[in-house]
Parts: sequence; C-alpha cells; structure tokens
Amino acid sequence: MADDRLDILTISERWTREGRKVALATVIETWGSAPRPVGSHLVIDAEGRFEGSVSGGCVEGAVVSEAIDVIGTGKPVTLEFGVADETAWRVGLSCGGRIRVYVEPVTANAA
Amino acid sequence: MDLSILSALNEERLSRRATILVTDTSSGQQRLVLKGSDYANDPLAEELSRRFRSGKSGMIEGPDGASLFLTVSVPPPRLVIIGAVHISQALVPMAEATGFDVTVIDPRTAFATEDRFPDGTLRAEWPEDVLKEHPLDSYTAVAAVTHDPKIDDIPLISALNADCFYVGALGSRKTHGKRLERFRAEGVSDAQIARIDAPIGLDIGASSPAEIAVSILAGIIMALRKEPEPAAGAA
Repeated sequence: MADDRLDILTISERWTREGRKVALATVIETWGSAPRPVGSHLVIDAEGRFEGSVSGGCVEGAVVSEAIDVIGTGKPVTLEFGVADETAWRVGLSCGGRIRVYVEPVTANAA
Repeated sequence: MDLSILSALNEERLSRRATILVTDTSSGQQRLVLKGSDYANDPLAEELSRRFRSGKSGMIEGPDGASLFLTVSVPPPRLVIIGAVHISQALVPMAEATGFDVTVIDPRTAFATEDRFPDGTLRAEWPEDVLKEHPLDSYTAVAAVTHDPKIDDIPLISALNADCFYVGALGSRKTHGKRLERFRAEGVSDAQIARIDAPIGLDIGASSPAEIAVSILAGIIMALRKEPEPAAGAA
C-alpha cells in the first residue's frame, strides 16, 4: 500500500482494536457526475472523528451523523444523496450527481 | 463488518492478494472470497471472476434477488522500470506519489548506484534474475528504458506473456522496428506486439527526462484506469 496512514480499511481495523466504536461508510452506487468512485470509504468513530471521504466534502457531515446512529443501533443503513433528494436531505451534491452510501458498524466480537 | 473479516481483508491486501468482500446490503451479512481460493462452485463465480479482472467494486443482484455490494480489492499497481537512467530518476518519485510500488532493475553498475536511487527501489541485477524471484502479473506495468536490447528484450517479452497491464519501450520508431523484428523471430504474436507502447509515453511533446517521465506515467495511468480503446497509444 502506498500510504498506510491514508488507508481507510487499515485505519478502521486499528481504531476498532484500540477499543473505539467504529462505523464504515462505503460508496456503493453513483449516477451522473459523482465526486468519489464506487468503493470509496469513510471511517467514523462514536465521537464523530473521521478519515477518508465519500464525496470530497459535500455530504460527509450528514454521513458522519448517520454513522453515529449506526454505531448506536448496530444496524447497517443505506443512504442516498443527490440533487433530486434535496427536500429529503438538507445536503446535496453540488456537482449534480447522485450517490448511495452503505454505512455499517464494525463489530469486535472476540478480539 | 466483523473485525475478523476486516482483519482478514487487510491481511490479504497487505500480501498483494486479490479479494472480494460480498455484502448483503439489506441484512448486513458478509463473506470474503479470496482470489486464490477455489470459488468455482460459488453461486456468484462468473461475476467474481469478472470482477477480479476488472478490479471494480459495485452492486449486483444475487441469485435469490438480494442486493449485494462487491468490494473488490486488487493489489496496488506495481511499476517495474528496466534501466536506472536519468528518466528513471525522475519517474520513481512521481510513480510512488501516485501509489505505485516501484522497482528499478539495471545490471549496469555504473547506472545502478544507491546515490542515484537512494529510496530502496533499485536492483543492480539482470532483469531475468529479478523476475524469477518476483514474477510479473496483470497488476504490474513494465517500462523498459535502457535502449539496450540485451537488457530490455527479455523483460519486455516476459511482460507481454504475463499480461502486464502496461508494457512500454523507449526508442525511436526505427529502434522499435528492429525490436519488433527480433520479437517476431522469437514467436511473439502481432496482437501481443500491438500492446507495446512505443514510442513510449503519451504524446505531450515531452523533451526533458522529467517531462518524458510524466508522459510515461500518464500512459501507465491511462492503461490502468481507462477501458482499452483501439486508439490508445497506437502509433
């Protein structure tokens, strides 16, 4: 790997092993002009600290607050952002694209 | 995601082994498929095999109608540069900044010195010896820039046979013409020969060694990221 400090899956594992409560967000679908490709990750802890990006800054705030809920419930959710949904979501993608983001808890069972 | 799956996934990635994480986005259920494992009987076998080649993550519909997300993880691309020349000195830091694992191979000890390549990328040996130890694969690019057929030819032919995603060779059209004669005599097919990027690099009018390094790296990134197009790099 080119740079472990910026590798989100490595960070997710490290944070979890450190005992932090962690959620992982992944871009699973994009339509039109989307800022980050499918497979891009954002890792979030229960305090709202995060690394990575799913949109280059447009919707990270909303993903982080949803992720904190996911850490609480332990249940994954799929979020959708885009111009068409601006009434449903206060944030949108200014570039006119649409993305779906899967947010899941990282669970340390027998670590 | 269970920590045990995350940790297995990271271990495979660190060892340059390809994997696919299959996530049911409704239930949250997950499993990890290793490229090296026997997944022929997997219900998704065909899709998995296609994804291992493309390296692209994406949503698919499972056999039972479930919405599945495939997180496809293929090794970080590797760049093998044949020739510890001036262009290579400029190319190494650029390629590393772009995320490539870089190796420079040159048996000529006058060129291959730690002074000129202080970053641990250098192997002062014959390419055929290094490649025996670290075989080329389809996640590797090869750029041959020595101008010397004794050094360049064998790794170029190996790169074509290993289906390296990029194979480039420095040299004028005349030099390349002679190279093709030798390759044909060695039984290299026309289809394979057509894959060689020569004259090397994108045509951006590069003149200095550093500019040529930019054009080579741009050609490599294009081969990595764009779907193959007939026009790409064709002379």
